[in-house]
Amino acid sequence: MHNEGLFVQAFVYLMAAVLSVPIAKRLGLGSVLGYLIAGVVIGPFVLKFVGGEGSDVMHFAEFGVVMMLFLIGLELQPSLLWRLRVPILGLGGLQVLVTAIVVAVLGTIAGLPWPMALAVGLILAQSSTAIVLQTLNEKGLTKTDAGQSAFSVLLFQDIAVIPILAFLPLLAMPVHTAAMATDVVLVAAEHAAPQAGLPAWQQALLVIGTVVGIILGGRFLTRPIFRIIATTQQREIFTATALLLVIGIALAMQQVGLSPALGTFVAGVVLADNEYRHELESDIEPFKGLLLGLFFISVGASINFNLFLQQPFLIVGLVLALAIVKFAVLFGLGRFFQLDLSQSLLFGCALAQGGEFGFVLFSFATQNKVLTPAVAEPLVVVVALSMALTPLIMMANDQLIQPHFAVADVEREADTIDETENPVIIAGYGRFGQIVGRLLVANGFKTTVLDHSPGQIELLRRFGNKVFYGDASRIDLLHAAGARQARLLVIAIDDRERAVEMVDLVRKHFPHLQILARAVDRRHAYEFIRRGVEVIQRETFGSALEMGEEALKRLGVRSYKAHRAALTFKEHDEQALHDMALAEGDETTLVARSRQLMKDLENVLQSDDRELTHEVDRAWDTTALRNDP
Amino acid sequence: MAKPMGSPNQILILFAHPAFEKSRVNRQLIQAVQSLDGVTVHDLYEAYPNFHINVKAEQDLLLTHDVIVFHHPFYWYSSPAILKEWQDLVLEHGFAYGQGGTALHGKKFLTAITTGGDKYAYCKDGYNRFTIRELLVPFEQTAGLCGMEYLPPFVVQGTHRLREREEIDQHAADYRAVITALRDGTIHWDRLPQFQHLNHGLDRLICTPEVSQNA
Repeated sequence: MHNEGLFVQAFVYLMAAVLSVPIAKRLGLGSVLGYLIAGVVIGPFVLKFVGGEGSDVMHFAEFGVVMMLFLIGLELQPSLLWRLRVPILGLGGLQVLVTAIVVAVLGTIAGLPWPMALAVGLILAQSSTAIVLQTLNEKGLTKTDAGQSAFSVLLFQDIAVIPILAFLPLLAMPVHTAAMATDVVLVAAEHAAPQAGLPAWQQALLVIGTVVGIILGGRFLTRPIFRIIATTQQREIFTATALLLVIGIALAMQQVGLSPALGTFVAGVVLADNEYRHELESDIEPFKGLLLGLFFISVGASINFNLFLQQPFLIVGLVLALAIVKFAVLFGLGRFFQLDLSQSLLFGCALAQGGEFGFVLFSFATQNKVLTPAVAEPLVVVVALSMALTPLIMMANDQLIQPHFAVADVEREADTIDETENPVIIAGYGRFGQIVGRLLVANGFKTTVLDHSPGQIELLRRFGNKVFYGDASRIDLLHAAGARQARLLVIAIDDRERAVEMVDLVRKHFPHLQILARAVDRRHAYEFIRRGVEVIQRETFGSALEMGEEALKRLGVRSYKAHRAALTFKEHDEQALHDMALAEGDETTLVARSRQLMKDLENVLQSDDRELTHEVDRAWDTTALRNDP
Repeated sequence: MAKPMGSPNQILILFAHPAFEKSRVNRQLIQAVQSLDGVTVHDLYEAYPNFHINVKAEQDLLLTHDVIVFHHPFYWYSSPAILKEWQDLVLEHGFAYGQGGTALHGKKFLTAITTGGDKYAYCKDGYNRFTIRELLVPFEQTAGLCGMEYLPPFVVQGTHRLREREEIDQHAADYRAVITALRDGTIHWDRLPQFQHLNHGLDRLICTPEVSQNA
């Protein structure tokens, strides 16, 4: 690192992000391209703000990819993962295999010795998890068929890196020891793992033990731990715990020689049905976002333009060849696995680039003398350029190709969202929220429930309810709970001020949501009415009204008349509530107005005046008929 | 109720179906007319799930329309409960009939019903023993007492056997044609008494060019 200090570095990177991403977004280029361009601009070939340390930063920022996979795991119920087994193994496996073979054949034709060509093929078969998922996510395409297939392939590639690492040294010209095969993936390829010398069976045992440990720990330990942390009501401690969890797993995986990304992904899947999931998601999300941004910037900064300028035609040709070969293989496989035409095109465009694992694997292969620097270095530039090209290819797909299929796609997307996101969010699951929720569930509507009392959650889960921990008035948590796709939000939290604040926040961030709010009393109801909340219920009004109706009956009023009187009372009282909420004036006029409204209501219910009793039983009263001449 | 000549009639459809979500035929019929200009579809079960009918609002609605339609499935030779409740409450003495009860005078009244049984079930020898017109006499007389002109009813029969989408579509198209003609006054009012059901003589009753082309 240079001497300018950490702050200057941070300033340069953050400034680059803050300037470039909004501009890129405004131009419709997407954030990934914005970051990449920012990286190129601050990199050693344009402004020279950052130099050789770019690759250090990249190694650090790759942790963003680890976090991203953790978050993806959180979103992925084990049952969904099981459903994806065919695309993961079939589509993913074939993609790596076919791409590797095609590239190897082309490489051999171009004059490389076959082991070198095969190594290049295996490395170039990788795609960029970070760029693809971020771009798909930004375009809202993750839940389409193509999005799911792309995700499956990326997942397989992440897993495949491990055997590829084991296999590459065998391709070295003079057969090299396989000891390096247990080297760490992704974060620190240069450092050999400490237990690299262990016999294979011990190594295998260690790996299996760690994975099982993560699964068991995730299943049985996290829940009590999160509960204890949650009871402290200190948000930053919860965030710290979440970070600790991800970093801890990454370290453990690194120790046994597995990919930290894969480890945190597994941990995420294990925690996918945990009630603290949404809270974890919203705590990790900003770190992931920043680190991924940093990662994209460092990819941009690391593109070696000197090399590019020396052999521009070769490199441009290779980038195009790579994109075309990968696209062709992906498109063919997509059709073979029965994706329809538009989805196959999207699938092909999304994954037609080299991946960040490529950087690691190229340096690993060079160290193991599988590849010569003369072969590897231009290819690193090719991979970086192809990654930078992806957002552009996706844009071309959006603008030029997909419009031809527009109608079919829109319908499909709406369907899949309905399937995975619940239409109702209930904030606050106490005595009030529970009844609302039970009625909805009994009628087949799925609800997502948020509550911030750990004791309450524990109790509810014991009865088989699906409840998530968190302060429901936080926008990020609502976001994680699917507020964007939901249709209704029921606000039934105890804190009255916070309930009102929540209405303002939700109106601002999720204007499409219809709000149904529980009011503690009249004054609370006024607040909601003034904010135009669609449905407002005073928490004790309904039951008190029923009690009053029963009392009337016991006083000798016939049931039906008592019932109608209660309904009339309700309508008048609610009208008065609205009038009062919107009335302006000082305290005295308001009090006077309130008295008048009460008086009117009494008159309606008691008087024999025909005009006032309009809605009460006049039709069944034959007095007028008898007087008719 | 003086109305400028040539301006379209305002039509109020009082619709009553307690399980609309399960209906096939009535859903098509309602869809066929609800987007028409000058037509108000008032879904009573949706507006008053607790039967607490707002009499004043209903009367105001009647005053601003020229043709009143009772649209419902034919339950026990009559209407679903809420429409009877509506009649009991809204057609008040002094409003709809009796001394000073002239609010509805001169308006037109149409019944639009669906029946499970076909036309052979509704005749002297059928198992309902009476014709639809005979069974609808209470509605006819209600209209008469309120000073409204009673039109031959629009009746979709044999709904239990209506399987094909095209059959239902044809009824929906007929209903739309009838309502449109009533709105625009393009009906041969003088020929109406010849018909038991409106459906029977659509081609002879409606004088719009498009319908005569279809017929």
